[in-house]
Amino acid sequence: MIPLNWFLYLSAALFSIGLFGVLARRNAVAILLSVELMLNAVNINLVAFWRYGNTASMAGQVFAIIVFAVAAAEVAVGLSLIYSIYRRRGTIIADELDLMKW
Amino acid sequence: MAASQIIFIFSAALIIASAVMVVSSRNLIHAALWLIAALFGVAILYAVLDAGFLAVVQVVVYIGAIAIMFIFAVMLTHRDMRDSGVQVNPGWPLAAVLSLLTFGGLFAILSKWNGLGNLPAPIPGTTNTLAQLGLALTSPDAYVLPFEVASVLLLAALIGSVYVAMNKK
Repeated sequence: MIPLNWFLYLSAALFSIGLFGVLARRNAVAILLSVELMLNAVNINLVAFWRYGNTASMAGQVFAIIVFAVAAAEVAVGLSLIYSIYRRRGTIIADELDLMKW
Repeated sequence: MAASQIIFIFSAALIIASAVMVVSSRNLIHAALWLIAALFGVAILYAVLDAGFLAVVQVVVYIGAIAIMFIFAVMLTHRDMRDSGVQVNPGWPLAAVLSLLTFGGLFAILSKWNGLGNLPAPIPGTTNTLAQLGLALTSPDAYVLPFEVASVLLLAALIGSVYVAMNKK
């Protein structure tokens, strides 16, 4: 039997790695990849709390499924925005996209 | 050590190593493939947590659809900075410090909480968690409204992304 804290520490580590990727990478696609890591860390937490809490209430799994749907929507919109930006400006490096920077 | 602990340690090592490769590899195709490895490790964890349906959904939706979409996006925008050039911002040490601080803060909060050594109560053999999940997603007493809102969100996002990516000439 695995104690609950193993899952929580793992998901904290995965979230921090994803946060580093979001903050440090220059390529917009790589930033979206790191956002996926963070969403997966959240999902591990949700499912672990479902399993270690009241398994009769399915709230944890339902929320994990909603996170799946939101992740799919986020990737679809994000990648199409990146592709559109790439066609118009020829770059997807995040700090060169400074059109709206004051 | 129990078999489930060995499986957990194996998949946790897989997840962490692949996640580090995702944020550090220079070639974006390799980063997307490492993301698939990390997602597969998370699917193993769902199976360990008795959430078999979520493990299947993870493989089908995340690995089968989202990761493949990432590979398409990388291929469509490939001309930039393939292996050459710096892949991180000039301020990346600050980002490393910030994410280490986040991990330290989460670690400190978690180690103060006293429910950590909890072990899972065994699921009674008569309960079918998949049927319970289906009922929870469709019963008006439970989560039918968030479920429908999520499906509308997905539809709107897909129509929006088709519109954004469409060539309007």
